[in-house]
Amino acid sequence: MSATKAPLLELRNVFQAYGRSSGEKGPLVLDDISLRLDDGEIVGLLGRSGCGKSSLLRIVSGLARPTGGDVLYRGEKVAGPVDGVAMVFQSFALFPWLSVLANVELGLRAKGVREADARRRALKAIDIIGLDGFENAFPKEISGGMRQRVGFARALVVAPNILLMDEPFSALDVLTAETLRTDLLDLWVEGRMPIKSILMVTHNIEEAVLMCDRIVVLSSNPGRIAAEIRVTLAHPRNRLDPEFRQLVDQIYALMTRRAEPPKREGTFPGLGLGMALPTVSTNTLAGMIEEVAAPPYDGKADLPALADSLQLEIDDLFPVAETLQLLRFAELAEGDIKLTTAGKRFAEMDVDQRKKLFGDHLLAYVPLAQRIRRVLDERPSHYAPATRFREELEDYMSEDYAEMTLRSVTTWGRYGEIFAYDEGAQTFSLENPQ
Amino acid sequence: MLNNFVALTSLGRRTLPNLWDIVALALVLGVFALAAFGWRGMALPLEAPETAQLSLDYSALPYYGLRTTLRMFAAIGFSLLFTLVYATLAAKSRRAEMILVPLLDVLQSVPVLGFLSFTVTFFLGLFPGSTLGAEGAAIFAIFTSQAWNMAFSFHQSLRTVPRDLDEVAKSFGLTAWQKFWQLEAPFAMPGLIWNMMMSMSGGWFFVVASEAITVGDVNVRLPGVGSYLALAIESKRIDCVVAAVVAVALIILAYDQLLFRPIVAFSGKFRVELSASQDEAESWVRDLFVRTRWLRVAASWPASLLRRASLWKMALPFAAPRLPQSRRASVLFDIVWFAAIGAVFFYSLYLVFEFVRSAVSLDELRHALLLTFYTLIRVVVLIALATLIWVPIGVWVGLRPRIAEKIQPLAQFLAAFPANVLFPIAVVGILTFRLDPDIWLSLLIIFGTQWYILFNVIAGASAFPNDLREVSANFRIRGFTWWKNVILPAIFPYYVTGALTASGGSWNASIVAEYVKWGDDTIEAQGIGAYIAAATAAGDYPKIVLGVSLMSVVVILFNRLFWRQLFGFVERRLRLS
Repeated sequence: MSATKAPLLELRNVFQAYGRSSGEKGPLVLDDISLRLDDGEIVGLLGRSGCGKSSLLRIVSGLARPTGGDVLYRGEKVAGPVDGVAMVFQSFALFPWLSVLANVELGLRAKGVREADARRRALKAIDIIGLDGFENAFPKEISGGMRQRVGFARALVVAPNILLMDEPFSALDVLTAETLRTDLLDLWVEGRMPIKSILMVTHNIEEAVLMCDRIVVLSSNPGRIAAEIRVTLAHPRNRLDPEFRQLVDQIYALMTRRAEPPKREGTFPGLGLGMALPTVSTNTLAGMIEEVAAPPYDGKADLPALADSLQLEIDDLFPVAETLQLLRFAELAEGDIKLTTAGKRFAEMDVDQRKKLFGDHLLAYVPLAQRIRRVLDERPSHYAPATRFREELEDYMSEDYAEMTLRSVTTWGRYGEIFAYDEGAQTFSLENPQ
Repeated sequence: MLNNFVALTSLGRRTLPNLWDIVALALVLGVFALAAFGWRGMALPLEAPETAQLSLDYSALPYYGLRTTLRMFAAIGFSLLFTLVYATLAAKSRRAEMILVPLLDVLQSVPVLGFLSFTVTFFLGLFPGSTLGAEGAAIFAIFTSQAWNMAFSFHQSLRTVPRDLDEVAKSFGLTAWQKFWQLEAPFAMPGLIWNMMMSMSGGWFFVVASEAITVGDVNVRLPGVGSYLALAIESKRIDCVVAAVVAVALIILAYDQLLFRPIVAFSGKFRVELSASQDEAESWVRDLFVRTRWLRVAASWPASLLRRASLWKMALPFAAPRLPQSRRASVLFDIVWFAAIGAVFFYSLYLVFEFVRSAVSLDELRHALLLTFYTLIRVVVLIALATLIWVPIGVWVGLRPRIAEKIQPLAQFLAAFPANVLFPIAVVGILTFRLDPDIWLSLLIIFGTQWYILFNVIAGASAFPNDLREVSANFRIRGFTWWKNVILPAIFPYYVTGALTASGGSWNASIVAEYVKWGDDTIEAQGIGAYIAAATAAGDYPKIVLGVSLMSVVVILFNRLFWRQLFGFVERRLRLS
């Protein structure tokens, strides 16, 4: 085990838990993650929002410390931001008061590189990344794609060994994102970038298959490594290539299968409360049911095809599909979505009938909705403060997720007319305004 | 300034100075010369301030104006320094934050004008027999009116630095010093500059009040517009009062054009936003400097020096990585810390109590309480009155962009104008027509602060979304329904901001407005402001302490129980978008 043999980066049994203000550890975000990154590969962390992939990236970069386990960079423990690791952010994270050139120079100047030296290296990075002519522009003057190029140049200029990318293309429109991806891949394949390896986080399956040599699929709540897939297709990859499509389908199937276990937990009394509910509007749910019920799908759709035709990414599509599954309006299996009898009936109904059916299913299959309704029924006043349920939820999940879950159940409950909610007073009640 | 990284690429083509260079250079040299000239007067060991001779000659006014302005800038400089240190400390240390932020909150609500007597005696004692003591006291008085809201704004900004930018700074390993100048200070810049402007406006009120002050038998007269005004009042020269009014107006206009507009235009680039905003602030002075050639080259040297300083790899001690110290030790330290704060608090409370009790009877206390109540009623009634008048006018103006464009700067100017300069004119009116001071002096309290209501309401009505206007027109919502359901909820958040500022300013103003002089005539209204002012003139310290304490307590309660609640309601319910 000599140091030269050590991989570029290694994660050993990394755990991460939500911090509580009281100091005790909350629920797990990352559960026993072990991963290695070798020279010359692009590795993708694929997962949905809430699987902790961004937390994982922050641990790798040294911005956050795991609650358990080790991160090793070239065999040495990481205890803070590492010199050889640079990051590209989803939100670009450019300093709005600095020009493009100054943004790129910043990392070098902060390390004490001389002004002339920094200028020369920054100009070179700007040239490589295709930003010539924009040196003196300020971030707010340029388009999103150009801004992310600045983000790349800023990361490359410090000549890192590892480039970390946190959903770098998801804030861009489809065409811009594609251009940037291919440009980046070209630079990588031609070896014009001074980096040894790329670790990227994404929720876009096609993007992962297009760019990565290895895809690590993470499951959600808590984040665990669900599968590792090697992609051996040669660059440049073609999205229409049957092999490419097959890989995409395979990953879709994998990710829908992984969504099963939490559903079953939900039927255990008491445990189901801990299920985080995604923000999905009832209009979207109804729209999805109608889409799947109508031709050409007629009640059964292939998820990748559906995502394509609705122009949704998995982060948008999966929560909807899973909510439908949770409410027993649809079933997910092997990358397909299939409407249940109730789902098909729902598609045929008028507004009032739909609300009634939705309310019934909500009470029957969502433990939190049941819980709220039961408390309201039991209390003589038929009032209950929202904080009561929020605190209960926070035993299972982070404050943000508790908030989101409560908001979702409120919206659904209002639509199904199983309870009312007063935002000003933050209370649930049984009375509906006349 | 610090981050002017713009490369001077155009330099190679033509290197002759252009016309803008000459104009800008004249401007810069002029400002420097004036500052040097005024500074000489401040630093020279003049005779004791009591004996300083002032002249009512109009020709003396420019020099007095210069001295007053320099005092203002000295104070704003100190305020800035205070802000950077105090707010940073509060933002970086949890324990410091526990006392610094509430302290700031209290200081912000306390009528600092009431403390003038203490600060003057303190500073005079610090530099016996020299002008510097009096100058220090005046500058400190202005400082106390400027620093708190700046520190608040800066602290707020430091706490809300965007997370992704913070992560960039961390991942590039910026030291605390580098991060402060590269990220935190620039991010806080727009808010800080806006608050600096508000502070500068507020400061005028205090500079006028603090240049000429009598505490018991100590009589301070500093050369300045405020002293000139005081002298004009003593000699009953209404023409000189008018001259002082004109002088103040001109100074305010000048620094607005020469200083604040360029700074605001410049600070636009520090705003964190994704697209270029529609209404970029304009400034002819900034344009002038941008167009110069030689001056920019000359400025690039100090700019690069500053840049290098801002990138200096120094770690500030208080931002050292938080050590994972043992929990028990940390909790123990917290307890000791709280106990210390509590002890200091109760001991000072005890001191104040003892000091006041030694000289003030229970009847006196009852009397003072009643007076506080009178002033409270005065402030509430006047704010209500100003609301009734200015809200409809503000809405009318705000919904008409053409008119608002012209009225808004005027309203802001009036808010900046120190109302106490105008008091003598009102006093002459009250004396001539033998009006009841209890009613008519009250109007002076709101005189300077009502404009905050006006310009905030105008801003609110101007920002009223066009689609909502069209909806209400489409559904023919008119009259009472329109006011109640459409426009009032829309402008309410703005109104609350304006009314809060107006209310705070009114309390301060009551100290000078309830007790006014014209020559030998003194007009007094029943109120705690007059009580404090009279006690100050007599040098009766226990009464001053009593009056100021009572006023502070009422102001703090009023803010907590009324304005804070209203703000909470606005945040929850009425914020558009």
